[in-house]
Amino acid sequence: MPDQSKWKAGLRAIGIPVLATIVGLLVGILCILIAGKDPVLAAKAFYRAVAGEPRMFGNVLVSTIPLIFTGLAVAFAYRAGLFNIGVEGQYLMAQIATVVVGVWWTPPQGFEWLHPIFALGAGAVAGAIWGGIVGLLKAWKGVHEVINSIMMNWIALFLADWLLKAYLRPDNSRAASYDLQQTAWLSQGLIEGSRLHTGIWIALGTAVVVWIILFKTPLGYEIRAVGHSPGAAEYGGISVARALIITMAISGAIAGMAGSVQTMGLNHRFNETTALLGYGFDGIAVALVGRLHPVGVVLAALLFGALQASSGLMQAMAGVPKAVVSIVQAAVIFFVAAEGLWSFLQRRRAKKEVTPA
Amino acid sequence: MGLRSHPLPITMLLKLEGITKRFGSLVANDHIDLEIRQGEIHALLGENGAGKSTLMNILYGLYTPDEGRIFWKGKEVKIRNPRHAIDLGIGMVHQHFMLIPVFTVAENITLGKEVTRNRFLDMNEARKRVEELSQRFGLEVNPDDRIESISVGQQQRVEILKALYRGAELLILDEPTAVLTPQEVEELGKIMKRLVAQGHTIIIITHKLKEVLHLADRVTVIRRGKKIATLDAAGQTEAELARLMVGRDVILTVDKEPAKPGKVVLEVKNLHAKNDRGVEAVRDVSFTVRAGEIVGIAGVDGNGQSELIACLTGLRKPTSGTVTVNGQDVTGQSPRRIRDAGVGHIPEDRQKRGLVLNFTVAENAALGDHRAFARRGWLSYQRMVDKAKEIISGFDVRPPRHDYLARSLSGGNQQKVIVGREILRNPDLMIAVQPTRGLDVGAIEFIHRNLVSERDAGRAILLVSLELDEIMNLADRILVMYKGQIVAEVPGHEATEEGLGLLMMGGSASA
Ligand SMILES: Nc1ncnc2c1ncn2[C@@H]1O[C@H](COP(=O)(O)OP(=O)(O)OP(=O)(O)O)[C@@H](O)[C@H]1O
Ligand SMILES: [Mg+2]
Repeated sequence: MPDQSKWKAGLRAIGIPVLATIVGLLVGILCILIAGKDPVLAAKAFYRAVAGEPRMFGNVLVSTIPLIFTGLAVAFAYRAGLFNIGVEGQYLMAQIATVVVGVWWTPPQGFEWLHPIFALGAGAVAGAIWGGIVGLLKAWKGVHEVINSIMMNWIALFLADWLLKAYLRPDNSRAASYDLQQTAWLSQGLIEGSRLHTGIWIALGTAVVVWIILFKTPLGYEIRAVGHSPGAAEYGGISVARALIITMAISGAIAGMAGSVQTMGLNHRFNETTALLGYGFDGIAVALVGRLHPVGVVLAALLFGALQASSGLMQAMAGVPKAVVSIVQAAVIFFVAAEGLWSFLQRRRAKKEVTPA
Repeated sequence: MGLRSHPLPITMLLKLEGITKRFGSLVANDHIDLEIRQGEIHALLGENGAGKSTLMNILYGLYTPDEGRIFWKGKEVKIRNPRHAIDLGIGMVHQHFMLIPVFTVAENITLGKEVTRNRFLDMNEARKRVEELSQRFGLEVNPDDRIESISVGQQQRVEILKALYRGAELLILDEPTAVLTPQEVEELGKIMKRLVAQGHTIIIITHKLKEVLHLADRVTVIRRGKKIATLDAAGQTEAELARLMVGRDVILTVDKEPAKPGKVVLEVKNLHAKNDRGVEAVRDVSFTVRAGEIVGIAGVDGNGQSELIACLTGLRKPTSGTVTVNGQDVTGQSPRRIRDAGVGHIPEDRQKRGLVLNFTVAENAALGDHRAFARRGWLSYQRMVDKAKEIISGFDVRPPRHDYLARSLSGGNQQKVIVGREILRNPDLMIAVQPTRGLDVGAIEFIHRNLVSERDAGRAILLVSLELDEIMNLADRILVMYKGQIVAEVPGHEATEEGLGLLMMGGSASA
């Protein structure tokens, strides 16, 4: 088999994140020791929080759902060489759109099942527009996507806040919008006692769709070609501008679905938001650790979801500060991103093998 | 009185013993022994994929050999990385350039050994040194140009200057002349002789046998990873070297019937275009190419050929004028439209344009009309694989693997993938820019025959080459480009190297 056979590449793609996770957990244990707490107790707490009871696992999945979406959004854009740092803004705009459809539109009798679909669709469209604008500016004026997606985040934050205060709530005693009509809710109770909602199926379905788009359609071919080599893509008759816009729009739609699903499945309203909460950055982390592959993203989201969901219990049971969880996350990201370090080590090893020859 | 007339003792600068390098199951270098003498020009010959670049990359510290030993000036060394190689005194100019596109020429040349004053970069001084260097070696560059805005030929010159700037004792040149004009090649030859006279040693990889005979003291031939022989260059012939490389007799000239031109396929009228710096690079160019003929464009690199071709293929918008293909006006259209109008394009820069290096050969087989590889909206890998297999077997791509990344093919085999893909598409008009760049003699023979038979099948072919031999061998009509204009048209059978050379320098035909 040649060096770059699929197997070896695949093994490597999985190997690095797994290794990074192990190292990240070791770093976490070290932190717990330094903080003077008992790592065994912390591990027990973690286990209980993740798999102690079915409902606990359900809550892990609840944390995982938005991470899958945001991770997919970042990974998708990255395939075209775009860094979508604007997930947060797309997320917020989608929530607004979902609230509008969920509160003010009433499906005709017998067509209640349309309500979540339309509410989700509205969110996806809003996200697509918000992301598409970034792609458009990049393709048309060459404005770097990082700069203008950061600006779009702030615009979204204040626009959402203003819309909430001006139109979406009954009066200013309430720090949230009207509640969605029940017909627009995603049903909960997939696992008894947890708030796990059907959004998990939407998230997993989206991962499958992303995989299909990227690897099974001409559009995916174009996106990947543009990501690897804009020059060759242009030569090959692919419109780079078009690919950039479409990619950002799709990425925005996926990010938007994160917001919509969160609203429809969990909050059932839009809560007043006065700061950017970092959904976008979580997405970047998940995409990186998942190595930009849909399957990897799902697994990475699960890992991060488990860490997030367990931090409360670890604090309560073992006195582990919540910051330790953040440190573990950061360590995992660091070791995955430090791929250069990895290949460096590999090269050294290769050399060692040769030396005695 | 040359140095060589003295019976100086021959000193060994470098010795390789049993060097073996494997990529998975593929043995790229198979127990290669090689000795390089102090002060010689040593040519490395071999077919595409024979393992030449791999061997040199090992010397330069880019790859670690799986087996074998390297002796530098009599002492065994393990070359850890390029920095180490440079410290030892080994410099290399790569087959594919390793320049930073957004940096200037001067910045690229001095990179890693920057000129500083009080710990700050002193670009004025750096520029001066680069100018000096470029004058001393007769390699013309403008220190302030950005790499991305200069032609491939100019980039090649920058690469050579960079290695010289670092003061290499042993200079490895991996196909340094593939993109140079005959004049530049001659100039480079002189530089090499001068360097050798000053005590430098040179290893040159090239597919141009004439050059080898002209320049080299000794020749080593590699075939399929194994060393076949090391010979003195004196007394060899092109045909003999070709036979050693390929393992059979190679016919070095192309037989072709006179052309039977048919209807006009490409018509260019009063075309003007600017280059990246906004300077007019194509000035009032008009010509036609008919079905069943090969029209060659000759010229010194940088005289507007690249910009002209970019306009014809949709990669650049002309400022005025028209381009018509098969009677259809395609002026300023997208590459997609132009392809659909029946144009195939073998691009000048195979790594930047012709291939997505991180795609497999199969995926690259679809580049240019990937939508035709879809079945009911789904991308069909099977079709891509089938096409790749067709290219691989039709054009002898080695190793014959469609699942290989384009990146890990040898330079010549990358070129074969592009040429094969474009020819198999059966375009009415083929625009071929340096179609045999970096190919071995056997492959050149094959591609040339292919282009001629395409012509005989009624296709129109526009051939751009810096290689006068290639143009004279293939073209039925030759257009000479100078300073953005077509200054002359010469029938192919009347062309002589001297005559064309003069025209390319702006002289007149009667001279
Ligand atoms: N990184 C790599 N991974 C896998 N195979 C490789 C890699 N680099 C080179 N090869 C293979 O090794 C063989 C030798 O390649 P090399 O580049 O040395 O050829 P070459 O003699 O320089 O040919 P050319 O004249 O076409 O440049 C080829 O079959 C090539 O596909
Ligand atoms: Mg090579």
